Amino acid sequence: MNLQKDKFFKNGFFCIALVSVVAIVMICSFLFVGGMPALEKIGVMKFLLGTQWRPSSELYGILPMILGSMYVTMGALIFGVPIGILTAIFMARFCPRKLYRFFKPIVELMAGIPSVIYGFFGLVVLVPLVRDNFGGTGNSLLTAALLLGIMILPTIVTVAEAALRAVPESYYEGALALGADHVRSVFFTIVPAAKSGLVAAIILGLGRAVGETMAVIMVAGNQARMPQGLLEGVRTMTTNIVIEMGYATDLHYDALIATALVLFLFIVLLNLSFAYFKGGMFGNG
Amino acid sequence: MNKFEIDNLNLYYGDFHALHNINMEIKGKEVTAFIGPSGCGKTTLLKTLNRMNDLVDGCKVTGKVLFDGEDIFQVQDVNLLRKRVGMVFQKPNPFPMSVYDNIAFGPRTHGIKQKSLLDEVVEEALVKAAVWDEVKDRLHKSALSFSGGQQQRLCIARALAVKPEVLLMDEPTSALDPISTMKIEKLVLNLKKEYTIVIVTHNMQQAARVSDRTAFFFLGELVEFDETSKIFTAPSNKKTEDYVQGRFG
Amino acid sequence: MVNCFKMQAATTASKVLGITVWLAAGVNILILISLIGYILAQGIPYLSWELFALEYTTQNVSLFPALVDTLLMVAFALSLAAPIGIGTAIYFVEYAKKSNKFVSIMDMTTDTLAGIPSVVYGLFGLLFFVIYLQMGYSLLAGACTVAIMILPVIIRTTEEALQAVPISYREGSYALGANKLRTVLVVVLPAAVPGILAGIILSIGRIMGETAALVYTAGTVAQLPEDLFSSGRSLAVHLYVLASEGLFMEQAFATAVVLVIITVIINGASTWMAGKLMRGN
Repeated sequence: MNLQKDKFFKNGFFCIALVSVVAIVMICSFLFVGGMPALEKIGVMKFLLGTQWRPSSELYGILPMILGSMYVTMGALIFGVPIGILTAIFMARFCPRKLYRFFKPIVELMAGIPSVIYGFFGLVVLVPLVRDNFGGTGNSLLTAALLLGIMILPTIVTVAEAALRAVPESYYEGALALGADHVRSVFFTIVPAAKSGLVAAIILGLGRAVGETMAVIMVAGNQARMPQGLLEGVRTMTTNIVIEMGYATDLHYDALIATALVLFLFIVLLNLSFAYFKGGMFGNG
Repeated sequence: MNKFEIDNLNLYYGDFHALHNINMEIKGKEVTAFIGPSGCGKTTLLKTLNRMNDLVDGCKVTGKVLFDGEDIFQVQDVNLLRKRVGMVFQKPNPFPMSVYDNIAFGPRTHGIKQKSLLDEVVEEALVKAAVWDEVKDRLHKSALSFSGGQQQRLCIARALAVKPEVLLMDEPTSALDPISTMKIEKLVLNLKKEYTIVIVTHNMQQAARVSDRTAFFFLGELVEFDETSKIFTAPSNKKTEDYVQGRFG
Repeated sequence: MVNCFKMQAATTASKVLGITVWLAAGVNILILISLIGYILAQGIPYLSWELFALEYTTQNVSLFPALVDTLLMVAFALSLAAPIGIGTAIYFVEYAKKSNKFVSIMDMTTDTLAGIPSVVYGLFGLLFFVIYLQMGYSLLAGACTVAIMILPVIIRTTEEALQAVPISYREGSYALGANKLRTVLVVVLPAAVPGILAGIILSIGRIMGETAALVYTAGTVAQLPEDLFSSGRSLAVHLYVLASEGLFMEQAFATAVVLVIITVIINGASTWMAGKLMRGN
């Protein structure tokens, strides 16, 4: 009796757990089904490598947006990674206990602030800042990269800190015992040992930057053309979808879903590599 | 009367052979002590008696354990077995609820809903576990707010509240101070009038003080099992003698 | 002498590195303070009762309807996602065998769900809930979309909370003859409540701040909703519309202030709850 009951509930919870699998499968299939017609009609290569996105003349190349996403993300990493990793090192190894209790919630708050707030901040502070100091309109690749660099900080800090904390204390003590000072012990034993976890942190930050939409829309200028330079406007894959989804029809509509499909596949790929490095974080640590 | 008959019991954790060919009988309404150095299998055997080892992944058993003549590995409802064979753990583990809810957890599990009946069972269990006087005014306070010794007696009361026939105690005093330990030992001597008690202990004086029979385990084997007085004064095995005299362990 | 010099160099390098680390940490605080400080300083003067008027007009650009929409979607999304998320976490922590291949695949889907950008959720919500299930632009469609989005947050935090419950509680319950379900529901789950609540609060925060997933599912109608099938904008969408139109910057600042304050409160509550879990054990 009891055994059967236990089995029943085990299966019940299993079914509940299946919901997220079903969700992924549905998201996948809806994007595929919705995006395939466009890929077929336009041609995968023409779609991915076409340099013109002009729906009015039936030109659907998303290379400008792919490059836009890449450049903006790379820029974000250039700003975000050094600061993020150093901050994680600070939190794991330098931060006095009392300060930590104040610092940790700050990072959590940064993670919790909505992207539209970051975007608004970018719009009213960073855009004029870039315009006044570097010229141009201010709605530019540089501004978007700066803003995204800020936005991925909490992601990188949190994951990197966990990776650094997973390194056994004995590594640090071993280095100290050899006469290295605190800073050297941290940078030459703990940081290298946490390498794969740090890479995982960067990948997660990268995913966050690639996927960010609203904040980018508000500062990037959003011109659908090949990126022209740091101070020129740029459009990413995510913003392309939001900007045009409202009025798109037919092939244009399908092409936007196909854009989302490309974005989705890219993110899944990133996630797989994240899982790979995260595994290494505890496997080798 | 034999409460448990253990017949050719072998137990494996994955590839590790934890218990080798154990054969023994545990008599009813007596205190049986399991002694031996760490890792000798005494706790493993104890946890086999109410099948708590089922919870360990990769645990396999061969042989038989008869409880009142019925093989415990064949029983349909392991929960009913655990109701009849209660257990007290090494570290007091009251649930994070009130004293009352802790004690009433077992009876409620087994279907008692009526408030007046529950009140009765709770009081009876607490009285039996010699902790009633200390907690009766604080029945609805969190069980975690009591001292370690009180918590352990609450856990004994919690085990008694389901009216078991056997009480398994896994080093019940190892986390306690000497005075609490003494109280628990006194309690054990009282309880054996009604219950069959099996106690695992690291403390040889404790085994000598409370138990009627003592089993000495070493490396997963039952080395010697006899009346406690004999084990501690004239053991027949050299290993047992070395251990009870404190030469190793 | 040479040795001495080398030692000196090493400590100088160490000092520079040490200072850099502190500076990097300082940058974070600087960013947060300037972000919050700027928005508060610019926005607070424009907070007015008009902003909270029941009726939205193009004169007052009241954020009140958006707030109601947001709360409705939060409530509905949670009532979907919380049971599923908590149930999933219970399955992973209490029932699933870690060695099972399928379980590790399910575990990875949770990570994947967490990584999907909100704009993709928005598009999926549009294709599935709005069009395929014919919900139209509605609070219902928006709530369903964000419910999937917060699922991984709830699953992960609940998992952590359950794992933090000592094994000895479970053992104690089993030893009294309780079955698995009773052990999980009566002993383990209550002990994990603060951690689970922390996760739920966190996901409330995510919904509160969500924009991209809602623009094309819940829509952008600025009036008070009649029911769950009405279209309505969330608070964050409201801010986005105001800011990108650029006509009501003062009200946009004030709206941002409200959103920031809500975020700070929610984060504080979540941290406080999580701390309670730690102390409890």
